[in-house]
Amino acid sequence: MTSSTTKSAFWEGFRAGAPFLLVIMPFATLFGVLATEAGLSVFESLMFSVAVIAGAAQFTALQLMTEDVPTLIVLASALAVNLRMAMYSASLTPYIGAAPLWQRALVAYVTVDQSYACSIVKFESAPQMSVPERIAYFFGTVVLVCPMWYTFTLIGAVIGAQIPPEFALDFALPITFLALIAPMLRTGAHVIAAATAIVVALLAAGIPYNLGLIVAGLCGMMAGAQAEVWLEQRKAEA
Amino acid sequence: MSDIDPVALWTVIIGLGIGSFALRFVFTGLVGDRPMPAWILRHLRYTAVAILPALVAPLVVWPAATDGAFDVPRGVAALVTIVTGLATKNVFAAIFAGAGTLYAMLYLVG
Repeated sequence: MTSSTTKSAFWEGFRAGAPFLLVIMPFATLFGVLATEAGLSVFESLMFSVAVIAGAAQFTALQLMTEDVPTLIVLASALAVNLRMAMYSASLTPYIGAAPLWQRALVAYVTVDQSYACSIVKFESAPQMSVPERIAYFFGTVVLVCPMWYTFTLIGAVIGAQIPPEFALDFALPITFLALIAPMLRTGAHVIAAATAIVVALLAAGIPYNLGLIVAGLCGMMAGAQAEVWLEQRKAEA
Repeated sequence: MSDIDPVALWTVIIGLGIGSFALRFVFTGLVGDRPMPAWILRHLRYTAVAILPALVAPLVVWPAATDGAFDVPRGVAALVTIVTGLATKNVFAAIFAGAGTLYAMLYLVG
């Protein structure tokens, strides 16, 4: 991991991941605030963020625990929110499956929406990257994001100050994700996949435990794969 | 708001930590560098472009801040983010255009 190309891949990932701090810091603060409000100690709040590193699942678990929902249901619901991580894992495998096991385990621990989205766009657009370069890029995207997730959870837990609603932080996450999606729409098949996923996600919004997201994701993937086959067939016939 | 039982809390923290890691590791860890069939790879190519829009769409159409009522400033901000992203292919530019639009609209409308 010392060659100049892996180093530059790391710093490229670092630059790609930097904008997400704008989202990570306020969200982690908010989690710290809500966790201590729910009666967790500062240490417990921090351990939550260190163990799980997944904002949506943490908020879900916290909310359900304050409602006295049975522990098994809390776990099942929060893990359902995190099911998309398994899809991310599958999607990363062709690119980094050849890396040493300890590196793959570390990648797994820091697989979050932001690191995955940045990295997959990069890996797809630069197929000549070596496996060590890909791993370096991936870690570059999270080297700030993850420590800041812990740090600002701690700050939120200690200070316990609310962020004023004028900041409209609720919309920070949608905006950063929307900004990530645009570079992904490379072919007609990608556009069809995205459009299908959006329509199904809105129709399936009522499915409990956030499972509508998984259904929508699978439908989008199938639509994209099918569109790819059709577009290739049409090209072959032309 | 009742106090959360510490045993239940640590069960959730540890269980959710292990479970989340397992979900993230299941394919990279178990499949590794074994080749996968072409049809699976073809589907996996569309994971990101399907999941991320599916994650965001409900948040844009039914924002949490307005208790799920469609909100013009947020809708316009989302649109500006997408258009800027498509036009510039630059994540930074899209984020700043979207955030700028949101604050401007909230200031004008709110």
